[in-house]
Amino acid sequence: MTETTMAISKNIETRFSDGVTLDERTGYEGYIVEADKLIEFATALRDEFGYDFLSSVTGVDYLPEEKMEVVYHMYKSTGGGALIFKVQVPRQAPVVPSLYDVFLGADFQEREAWDLLGIKFEGHPDLRRILMWEGFEGHPLRKDWKEAFHENDTKPFDARWPGGDVYRAEDENPFTKNVLYPEGFDPEKWTPEGETAVYAGMTEIESDDPMHTDQIVVNLGPQHPSTHGVFRMVATLDGETIVKLRPVMGYLHRNHEKIGERNTYLMNIPFTDRLDYLSSMTANWGYVQAVEKLLGPKVVVPERAEYIRVIMSEFTRIANHLMAIGALLNDLGAYFTPMLYALTERELILDIFEAAAGSRMMCNYFRFGGLVRDLPAGVEQKMRDLAFERLPRKIDELDRYLTENEIVVVRCEGIGVLTPEEAIGYSAVGPVLRASGVPYDVRKADPYGIYDRFDFDVAVAYHGDVYDRYLVRLEEIRQSIRILQQALDDLPEGEIMMGKPKYSIRVPAGEAYGRVEAPKGELGFYVVSDGSANPWRYHVRAPSFINLTGLSKMCEGDKVADAVIILGSIDIVLGETDR
Amino acid sequence: MSEDINSQGYDVPPEMQNVVAITTLDKIYNWGRRYSVWPMMFGLACCAIEMICTAASRFDFSRFGMEIMRPSPRQADLMLVSGTVTKKMVPQIVRLYNQMPEPKYVVAMGACASGGGPFKEGYNVVSGIDKFLPVDVYIPGCPPTPQALLFGLMRVQEMIDNQSLKEVRWYQKGDLPAIPIPILGPDLIDPRDYPEFAEKLAKAQAVVAEPEEV
Repeated sequence: MTETTMAISKNIETRFSDGVTLDERTGYEGYIVEADKLIEFATALRDEFGYDFLSSVTGVDYLPEEKMEVVYHMYKSTGGGALIFKVQVPRQAPVVPSLYDVFLGADFQEREAWDLLGIKFEGHPDLRRILMWEGFEGHPLRKDWKEAFHENDTKPFDARWPGGDVYRAEDENPFTKNVLYPEGFDPEKWTPEGETAVYAGMTEIESDDPMHTDQIVVNLGPQHPSTHGVFRMVATLDGETIVKLRPVMGYLHRNHEKIGERNTYLMNIPFTDRLDYLSSMTANWGYVQAVEKLLGPKVVVPERAEYIRVIMSEFTRIANHLMAIGALLNDLGAYFTPMLYALTERELILDIFEAAAGSRMMCNYFRFGGLVRDLPAGVEQKMRDLAFERLPRKIDELDRYLTENEIVVVRCEGIGVLTPEEAIGYSAVGPVLRASGVPYDVRKADPYGIYDRFDFDVAVAYHGDVYDRYLVRLEEIRQSIRILQQALDDLPEGEIMMGKPKYSIRVPAGEAYGRVEAPKGELGFYVVSDGSANPWRYHVRAPSFINLTGLSKMCEGDKVADAVIILGSIDIVLGETDR
Repeated sequence: MSEDINSQGYDVPPEMQNVVAITTLDKIYNWGRRYSVWPMMFGLACCAIEMICTAASRFDFSRFGMEIMRPSPRQADLMLVSGTVTKKMVPQIVRLYNQMPEPKYVVAMGACASGGGPFKEGYNVVSGIDKFLPVDVYIPGCPPTPQALLFGLMRVQEMIDNQSLKEVRWYQKGDLPAIPIPILGPDLIDPRDYPEFAEKLAKAQAVVAEPEEV
């Protein structure tokens, strides 16, 4: 704990004498706040202590203690470490006051906690399920909720272990499918919920338009070429203007967290690849960082591994931003040609990943305390060619073709504006936040790895519109190239892994929040360990998910064609949005 | 005229060999179809990115006559199920399949679409699109590399080559039945399960209750 955080904690303790206690469990930190003090506490943190950025909200089901805990991670938008506080409520009927009125960024995260853990947030104006559909039975992340293909609570499953009786889960299920129904359920005497909840409140929205024109509700997605996957938007239109827009997600909800809590720590690394499948290396790093924090100071990552981690992350950032720019231009109607330019460069980066990690996209390259293997011969030269010669030239080329292009400028300027206050309020991260004039980059604000050794600037722009998000991404590619050049020049020889690689690690009990600046923004992993070989709670604070909280705000008042490019400018990946 | 549509055993004079081909109706019908497969522009998850890479300049599946990706199912011949099929998404996928005109083909791209993949045990994951749609080609991989996808697409072409006008399902008498669209209830409900539902449900509860009796 540094001096400033100590001073703040002292102030907090004097400010709140009752209702706020220090979390004194071993391995835990932060405060435990009484539920009825929560809103006052959070407001004071924001207004008096400067913690204005609500990074993550999630729930933890402490089944043995019959408690449900909601965990909040707060940061200052000027940088620095986290302030963590928790609310504990009984497990049977968990009700927590909603922070929606204090931090708009709590919106989706509270809905997610309601959906998956059944924690009710009192005062949330729209507490619907977000990832599963309305009418789904149960709250799946609760520890006593078992899915249809449940075999054991933890992996490796007995049936796969030597001596186990191997069987396939679907052979055990009478429906031979991954389904489970409540007792006595009769589909003939039952009416489905349908889409009523999705469309509720979307019609007849009051407007001050004296013409009293008719509004129509339009549905975009989940199968739509502009939605970058299976994202869905429901928009109420007045003419071509969006009056109200509601994002609908969960079409790629692959139960990352439930599976993650059953996996051993090591097994989760390949799953993090599949979160943001355009930038698997940074997702690896976020998770590995969280577990390394749990393991404590005995984990020392060798120098060479630290450098390679940075190099891989920055290559990932470039690949991701190239894809984002290509996709944005696709959405603008410049169909596939800019994308082809971007993908050509991305392929060269993927070649490096394939050589180093063995896979183009799902790299699975990081390990606790290092990396899985060293760079093969010749790859370093390839990296140097890219970082020093080809990429700078190609980025300038892309810049020359696109930035001043009249159609790009006219379509993007002034569209989807988010002011700095709004961006912070919505917990926006990454290029979305930086394009709104907040120079917040985890690599600078709360440096991890060896980022404090490199000389680079935080790309920032001040209009908060689609065009500025594009400019920020372009500038970030340039800054990444700067970091790459320094890292490649300094890359030392040596080990890439601390000790021998282990297949199963035991992690001391406690909690940790690891966060990295992924290309899409702050990617956080909240891991709770109970001392066994599997994480007790494994939560992903996904930037593409939380950046969408502000989507309605950005789109309202703009034209429906602009909704497509606003979504493109946020740069979402559905694997991470829905997890 | 391409060599590969000529039937063997006919003597075409040498001066006409590039102008005239003697062939069967099946052959020319399939030859036309195999080089104009229009995939649907429809990405589900990670595999969709490899699908985009396959469409892009390095791998370029337009070499096989597949460059025209259609966002509308009404104009597509080939559904590339590229990614994890979730329960929330499967009604839409079945609906899209029903909207595609015959002849239509389904390729299950990657481990997830083939059988659930790494996410199989998940509560919102369908263990393979073949639980609902007839799959023609399975491509293993997580995700399959563009080369693997190209290989899978070539298998589709081979499949087209071997079809005969006499036997294909879309020229048979009567309408082809649409696949019933799954319903989102307390869990995913397949309407085809309705007849045996009560029986299976009772069995399922017996399975759940069993460990307690022991």
